[in-house]
Amino acid sequence: MPLLKISGLTHRFAGLCAVSDFNLLLQQNELVGIIGPNGAGKTTVFNLMTGVYRASEGSINFQGKELVGLDPHSITRLGIARTFQNIRLFKELSVLDNVRIAHYGQMAYSPAEALLHIGRFRAEERRITSQALDLLAVFHLDESANETAKNLPYGLQRRLEMARALAAEPKLLLLDEPAAGMNPNEIFQLMDFIGWIRRTFSVTILLIEHQMRLVMGICERLVVLDFGATIAEGLPAEIQANPKVLEAYLGEEVAS
Amino acid sequence: MSMTKIKAAGTALLNQWRFLAGLKYFWPVFLAAGLAFCIAADVYDFVDLYLQLIIIYVGINIILTASLNLINGYMGEFSVGHAGFMAIGAYIASILTVYVFPQNTAGILFPAAILAGGMGAALVGFLVAIPSFKTRGDYLAIVTLAFGMIVKSILENIDAVGGPRGLLGMEKLTTLPWVFFWTALCVWVIRNLVYSNFGRGVLSIREDEIASDLMGVNTRQVKIIAFVVSSFFAGIAGGLFAHALQFINPRMFDILKSTDILIMVYLGGIGSIAGSILGAVIYTVLLEILRPLGVWRMVFMPLMLVLLMIYRPRGIMGMREIRLFTPLRDLVTEKLWRQKKKEASDASP
Amino acid sequence: MIQIKLPSPRSPPAGGGEGSGMAYLFQQALNALQLGSIYALIALGYTMVYGILTMINFAHGDLFMVGAFFCFLLAVYLKLSFVPTLLLSMLGVACLGVIIERLAYKPLRAAPRVSAIITALGVGLFLENFTLALSPYPKHIPPLLTNTTWAIGSLSISSLQVLVIALSLILMLILDFVVQRTKAGMAMRAISWDKTIVPLMGVPVNKIISLTFAIGTGLGGAAGVMYGLAYPVIDPYMGIMVGWKAFICAVVGGIGNVRGAMIGGFILGAVEILVAAFFPSTYRDFVAFTLLLVLLILRPYGILGKPQPQKV
Repeated sequence: MPLLKISGLTHRFAGLCAVSDFNLLLQQNELVGIIGPNGAGKTTVFNLMTGVYRASEGSINFQGKELVGLDPHSITRLGIARTFQNIRLFKELSVLDNVRIAHYGQMAYSPAEALLHIGRFRAEERRITSQALDLLAVFHLDESANETAKNLPYGLQRRLEMARALAAEPKLLLLDEPAAGMNPNEIFQLMDFIGWIRRTFSVTILLIEHQMRLVMGICERLVVLDFGATIAEGLPAEIQANPKVLEAYLGEEVAS
Repeated sequence: MSMTKIKAAGTALLNQWRFLAGLKYFWPVFLAAGLAFCIAADVYDFVDLYLQLIIIYVGINIILTASLNLINGYMGEFSVGHAGFMAIGAYIASILTVYVFPQNTAGILFPAAILAGGMGAALVGFLVAIPSFKTRGDYLAIVTLAFGMIVKSILENIDAVGGPRGLLGMEKLTTLPWVFFWTALCVWVIRNLVYSNFGRGVLSIREDEIASDLMGVNTRQVKIIAFVVSSFFAGIAGGLFAHALQFINPRMFDILKSTDILIMVYLGGIGSIAGSILGAVIYTVLLEILRPLGVWRMVFMPLMLVLLMIYRPRGIMGMREIRLFTPLRDLVTEKLWRQKKKEASDASP
Repeated sequence: MIQIKLPSPRSPPAGGGEGSGMAYLFQQALNALQLGSIYALIALGYTMVYGILTMINFAHGDLFMVGAFFCFLLAVYLKLSFVPTLLLSMLGVACLGVIIERLAYKPLRAAPRVSAIITALGVGLFLENFTLALSPYPKHIPPLLTNTTWAIGSLSISSLQVLVIALSLILMLILDFVVQRTKAGMAMRAISWDKTIVPLMGVPVNKIISLTFAIGTGLGGAAGVMYGLAYPVIDPYMGIMVGWKAFICAVVGGIGNVRGAMIGGFILGAVEILVAAFFPSTYRDFVAFTLLLVLLILRPYGILGKPQPQKV
């Protein structure tokens, strides 16, 4: 059974069709990229998948469950986590807290136990804190566990955002422009990093990206969007040579 | 590694653990001593009655401030109707002790009355939480504002509870020990909540509600918990207030009262328990000290507040907390983890 | 000179026409328009400041009160007539508004919004209690206008009512003109859309903000004068309830939206008079607030407001 099956996904914003008839089939452990010019609707697809918007039409089937109509946090509990184009960390909270919050779905104690610090509370908190610290250690962020998130340098903030997403124990990880603002060196490191995440955490990865080096370097398959519609799909090499894709990015004259 | 360095490292570690060990004993000792003092003061009457009343008001204000801080400070909302919850608690508790409880049992059943007031307020708090799911910011302010005014209006129109003239006849059941107990309970429960995953959920809603939702936080659940706990304690404070003053009317719980509580929250510092206590203490005590100034004290106070906001917009202890309130467990878990990690890295060459 | 006791929000309407249904309705409509105009003028002040600074100036209701007190001072001690009193009171309140903006709000432009709101509350409290300290007893504004009543059939219309309504409408039209058709107004609208870019276009942001405050508070001052004429007894705490109510009007209309504030003001005026006509006076606030709450639940962003699109 495919991990993710999106069929006929369409979303309209007051007359504007942001996404039209989007289809995608994802198998376990794949690494697929969504590319396309700015405003093509890529992030909207992510927002539809994670429940930020409710799709006008279509279905999103994740491991057999229908996602359209669910709350964002329910979708996250089912196993989808994401990062954001503009980093959306909890800026005033510590690095450790940022990661611990993502454990909310796995919290095993009730509000009453939390109010009185009784019952399963202590053991659970210890487990959550240790797990969070373990995760931070893996990302080499444990030294700054008590730093306020906004004080971290940009690169570490991006890493923290990824750590936070992984703390939610997802089966599918959505990365929204992870290479934004990076120089070529950093992009190389990011490519290794993403591959390592995929192996270490056994996640399927769907990523949006503009940096062609990254996309061509690690994606096994690509989907190209333009004005909300899928204009091409296939292996990176095929996409590179596809005239429609060139036209979308560079314009008619250059393509021909 | 030289002997002096090893010794220094050892002493540092010992000092850290000593602090933690000290922490473990501080609160139980402080609370026991405080309670003992209050009981003694109540039984032997060695504290001036006026001073007792001030301390009682300080305690009630601490409860009000800490509970509002949960919504306005930690969760970043703007609730302007806290006095409404206080009114509900005050009226329920008073009706119980004056009309419902059998004669002469009011003293023994007092905690039950206070609790009932709290629960009544909590129930209404649950209802007020519902509009908070979809609206935020200024629109939620309106909802809470309207709520406060509606409560006051309803109370003014029910003649059975005295209408605009209010209720009287409550016995002076609010004593120092009771105020100490409820204040300590309130501070403890709110601190517990804040240092749990629900509390982190509250903070994450303030920081970025959408991201919080997307990270798996059930924001609806968190908001309900926050509103219910907050209104519960406001109700408790109301019950205590009614039995200290022995007389209540709807006008005492109007927008000016809500504004008072708001000021205490922002004075002491948003998102901080120590700040809530500080704000309540400073505001109550300062107002008493300035009483000789008459009407001019309420000219002076807001001016000070404005100056404070200009120079310290988040309040005196804005979003900072004193170490004493951090649960020991948090500090210990992290230290243990680091120790284990250090041992692991020392062991492997 | 015929003195008619005008219906105050504190008591059930007494203005004639208890006879036929139509006449009664018309009477109440006039009362509602009068009250609504005053609310609308105050609501405009809130909405203009919010539109430009995203800040709720909770001292605005108290500036309205100061306007009424300026009117009192000018009428009683300087014995001025209506027009100079109105203009000078508006000017006085406008100046006070600008001073407050410069001293108390400007330093907080970068601070979290709530701190600015608390500062506004503090300023409001200061104004209330300062006025109370200087004038412990309620004051009575002498009649500045000859108030004639015109009888048309079974209707009685008082000239004061007409004046209040007409004057308010004129002020609102002037405001609409300024906001929509002058350069300063364009600057105000631009700043409300994007505060960071506008100074780069050569717009003197601070001056425009001060102008906005001056206009908004000036209108509040005018409302104070008119309220003082319509319901002649004034006290330092009169701004509190009126202020919060006008704030609700602004939000119901869609906060930041000038036309919405006007609509919101008239809606509340209509609701209050309607409620006072059918329910006992103590129910008035309760029913009015419940209705507004329901309205907000149905249209969470106000009647003319638009939800700020959240970019994720």
